[in-house]
Amino acid sequence: MLVSYEWLSQYVDLEGISPEDIAEELNRTGIEVEVIYTRDAGVSGVVVGEVLSVEKHPEADRLNVCMVNVGKGQMLQIVCGASNVAAGQRVPVALVGAKLPGGMKIKKANLRGVESNGMICSAKELGFPDKVLMKEQTEGILVLGPDAPVGEDIKNYLGMNDQVIELQLTPNRSDCLGMIGVAYEVSAIFDRELRLPDVYIQSVDEEESPVSITLESEEDCPFYAAQVVHDLKIGPSPQWMQNRLISAGIRPINNIVDITNYVMIETGQPLHAFDYDQIPGGRIVVRRARPGEQLVTLDGVTRECDEEMLLITDGDQPLAIAGIMGGESSEVTAQTTSVLIEAAFFDPAVVRKGSRKLGLRSEASNRFEKGVDPERIIPALARAVQLLQQFAGGKVGSDLYAEKIGDVDDVVISLRHERLVKVLGIKIKEEEVLDIFRRLHFPTQLREGIYDVQVPTRRPDLTMEVDLIEEVARLYGYDRIPTTLPWGQQLPGGLTREQKLRRVIRHTLRNLGMNEVLTYSLTSPEAGKKIEPLHRTARPIALAMPMSNEHAVLRTSLLPQLIETAAYNIKHGNNRVTIFEMGKTYVTEEENLTTLPEERWELAGLLTGEAEPTIWKQTPIPAGDFYIVKGMLEALFTRLGVSGVQYSEAFPDGFHPGRTAELSVNGEVIGLLGQLHPKLAKKYGLEDPVVFQLDLAKLFSAANDEVVYQPIPRYPAVTRDLALVVDEDVLAQEVEEGIREVAGELLESVTLFDVFTGAQIGEGKKSIAYSLVYRAKDRTLTDEEVQEVHQRVVDYLEDILGAKLR
Amino acid sequence: MRERLQALQEEASSAIASADDLDQLRELKVKYLGKKGELTAVLRGMGSLSPEERPVIGGLANEIRGKLESLIAEKEEALEEAALETRLQEEKIDITLPGVPRVAGSIHPLNLIIEQIEDIFVGMGFEVAEGTEVEVDYYNFEALNIPKDHPARDMQDSFYITPEILLRTHTSPVQVRTLEAKEGYVPVRIICPGKVYRRDDDDATHSHQFTQIEGLVVDRGVSMSELNGVLLSFIEKIFGEGTEMRLRPSYFPFTEPSVEVDIYHPEKGWVEILGAGMVHPRVLEKAGYNPERYTGFAFGMGVERIAMLKYDIDDIRHFYNNDLRFLRQFRSV
Repeated sequence: MLVSYEWLSQYVDLEGISPEDIAEELNRTGIEVEVIYTRDAGVSGVVVGEVLSVEKHPEADRLNVCMVNVGKGQMLQIVCGASNVAAGQRVPVALVGAKLPGGMKIKKANLRGVESNGMICSAKELGFPDKVLMKEQTEGILVLGPDAPVGEDIKNYLGMNDQVIELQLTPNRSDCLGMIGVAYEVSAIFDRELRLPDVYIQSVDEEESPVSITLESEEDCPFYAAQVVHDLKIGPSPQWMQNRLISAGIRPINNIVDITNYVMIETGQPLHAFDYDQIPGGRIVVRRARPGEQLVTLDGVTRECDEEMLLITDGDQPLAIAGIMGGESSEVTAQTTSVLIEAAFFDPAVVRKGSRKLGLRSEASNRFEKGVDPERIIPALARAVQLLQQFAGGKVGSDLYAEKIGDVDDVVISLRHERLVKVLGIKIKEEEVLDIFRRLHFPTQLREGIYDVQVPTRRPDLTMEVDLIEEVARLYGYDRIPTTLPWGQQLPGGLTREQKLRRVIRHTLRNLGMNEVLTYSLTSPEAGKKIEPLHRTARPIALAMPMSNEHAVLRTSLLPQLIETAAYNIKHGNNRVTIFEMGKTYVTEEENLTTLPEERWELAGLLTGEAEPTIWKQTPIPAGDFYIVKGMLEALFTRLGVSGVQYSEAFPDGFHPGRTAELSVNGEVIGLLGQLHPKLAKKYGLEDPVVFQLDLAKLFSAANDEVVYQPIPRYPAVTRDLALVVDEDVLAQEVEEGIREVAGELLESVTLFDVFTGAQIGEGKKSIAYSLVYRAKDRTLTDEEVQEVHQRVVDYLEDILGAKLR
Repeated sequence: MRERLQALQEEASSAIASADDLDQLRELKVKYLGKKGELTAVLRGMGSLSPEERPVIGGLANEIRGKLESLIAEKEEALEEAALETRLQEEKIDITLPGVPRVAGSIHPLNLIIEQIEDIFVGMGFEVAEGTEVEVDYYNFEALNIPKDHPARDMQDSFYITPEILLRTHTSPVQVRTLEAKEGYVPVRIICPGKVYRRDDDDATHSHQFTQIEGLVVDRGVSMSELNGVLLSFIEKIFGEGTEMRLRPSYFPFTEPSVEVDIYHPEKGWVEILGAGMVHPRVLEKAGYNPERYTGFAFGMGVERIAMLKYDIDDIRHFYNNDLRFLRQFRSV
């Protein structure tokens, strides 16, 4: 809402209150002021002039040499290039020394040998935005009304000294979509007197032009009023009215349209003027549109309507889309002499839906959408009729007809003083509360600590006690509410086990050098097909109306976006990518969602690219090395107290078939670790990326955050190394498990320290070397004891695994 | 005999003194003092001495052995010292060569902020509650007193999956779900961090996905002055002691009175950082709490907004682009 300070000052006493004061206090009491601006756009030294004569420039066809009277007996010769300049016009003249928007300064000039002492200005040159200009005003010089006083400062004449306060209204404050509503608010805040215009209903003495109103649905339109005005003379509206409309951001058109708009801005009640001669018999039927019913609206566009839209019809043909836009067939034109003025209440939801569907928003629809004040419908209509008489020569052509279903009752809300004090935590006297309601113009009775407050219909946002508590609070001042800390029973507070463990993962991986990322939950439907999710049968959940294919379904795996993130970084020269993300995947088995999907927390990571930078001391290992990543996960498992993780070969889609492991604990699969399939990697320009994805719920159920203390060994250990040659496809895990099983409890640890293949080992063979540590808890082991166990291990390896000792 | 011993002492002393290294010294030790050494050899001839002379010569021999031993020890120490000195000089390295990198990773800035905020509120006795991101229309709107024809409930503004199921547009449904789960029990003190979704085009200040933290306190006798106190205490912890805060009346369907909270930023002036208010009685009622007996307050903030303000980040898309040049800047936090 754009509020003209000049206009507002007509309705509320603003003596000594500046626009800045208003802005500050509105902000403090709940209406956000976006900006305040003066309409002058930096213009100075421009006056109203009268063009006395126009002659062609002797040297230039397109230029005219004009003699202009700028008042005080001063005649100026001005060269003007506009084609619409003509003798007798009143025009804005920038005198020598004048300033125009953008810092332009007017100087005496010589145009092809003719002296020019100033400039005749266009509307644009005066800083008027196209939005408020009529088409003919966007070209050529601005032609002013014939009554424009010669010599007067243009800023006075065109209302350019006015200041505009732009309000950012919350949806509950539709009352401030009209100047009168704003006046009530400002009057309450500053405790100043209201001076609203007098309005009276008029009727006809002579023959009445017929009007009949039929409302088909109480919900859609419970209230419709209309009155006819005859003998209208179409022309421009008075300059002051145009100025106020421009301040409100509305383009002046002609006196009739301007008056309906003016009353809308004044009262918040949108009005519409139909050419009465285009409505047979003055018949108005308000009904829903029939499917496919068409109407050409005022903007010349043919609109297709459906049953969700409400129409104003003449009983047969549509005249307007109710509350949104009028139709071309009944538009007020230069030939119009009689109008039917409409003021009504349309269902906000119907208007909102219709305007959305048509992609058509107007000042009127914006107000109907929020609900208009039923008590202001008749006064607004009467006010318009009054102005049409005053400024368009109209004569009342009918009585004021009003078709109304149901009545609006006075709303009385009770507010308990005790409750007020308790909710706000303030100390306030009854007198102060009463004073706040007086300022708001809410008639109030106080009886034994209870205020009975009569709430006017202009404030439909107030329906219950707490609404009044807020009214009191905002006018009392939020800055006066004290600061206390909660008392009462204290709670320990804290994080749940899952929340703590998620933090452990985040900090552990970060400490291992990885970078945490956060990607979107919505992905393209194709993304999930790249790589197998942990939950194989999950169906991606699709949005009903996605904004783009890129964000159309909920992800079933975190990996696709990690791949994209890696590709983005490699492309932007970040040559080493070690990223991870913890987030949810959304899993359902349903084709059409009827219950909420399962939201599973997962952890995924991707490592690729260059080795650590500037390694001069050791052989560089690329970031995406399977065993490095496996080591990171093992460190993470240790930190989480997850033990006994089994790695088994797996062949999921999108992974390298020879370099992928399925991870499980106690037979439960917890995730996947592997190199991305080279085909997929190549598509994204990634070099051998290694990725992992883990199901956090399963990981956490395997986590053991309790420490069972083991005493430090008191007896020495015996270490025996073992190098063997086995078939290449024998898995290290098999060998190790075998050793452990055979050796029994005297074996404290077994560590693999070497693996190699080569000609000296033989085709299809590999050499692996282990270090075995033997120790007993209760004694020093003898050589014989160790030898016996170790021999069993060697026998096992030779006999069962076909290994050869080296 | 005495002469022989003294000659031996002199010879040995000078040999020890001129020894060049530890090996030489060890040889000298064997040569003079070993089992088959020269001193032992001299002593073997003691049998020919008279009983009177024997203890005298024996004493002298021991005396000489002692002297030689300590000479050797001294020399040994001197030689070791010299050897160490040589080694230290040889082992000199260029201490300005770069260290072997152990790269420090980073935590995503939004999670950094969430953890900080969680810690602040946990310190004030709050629990951290989490809800689902895919929500039922009822919890996202209806239960929060957002009427059916509210613009946010339009397919145009929210990501609906079915007419009844959508991606939550705010973390507020967690309030309702938590209250329902607590079944009328007080006090309730929770914060709920999480992802939310709105049908906005992504640009520098809008993101179709962003992060909110919701807070809720319900108890007997909770008043707006406590909301004021909790928020001020939070703001000072996250933006620094002495940060100025301002409350402005505002409107949210699920709180009343509602406030918008601004903080004073030294360069930007007053900046809005969160919305809050007293829980609307209808919301309490729908969740099974009698609003006559219990009151509460709620607040909600955008994590991106706080991170952008705190770190002076100009574009919300940075949080989701995950450019490592951006992420690595948070290594020290």
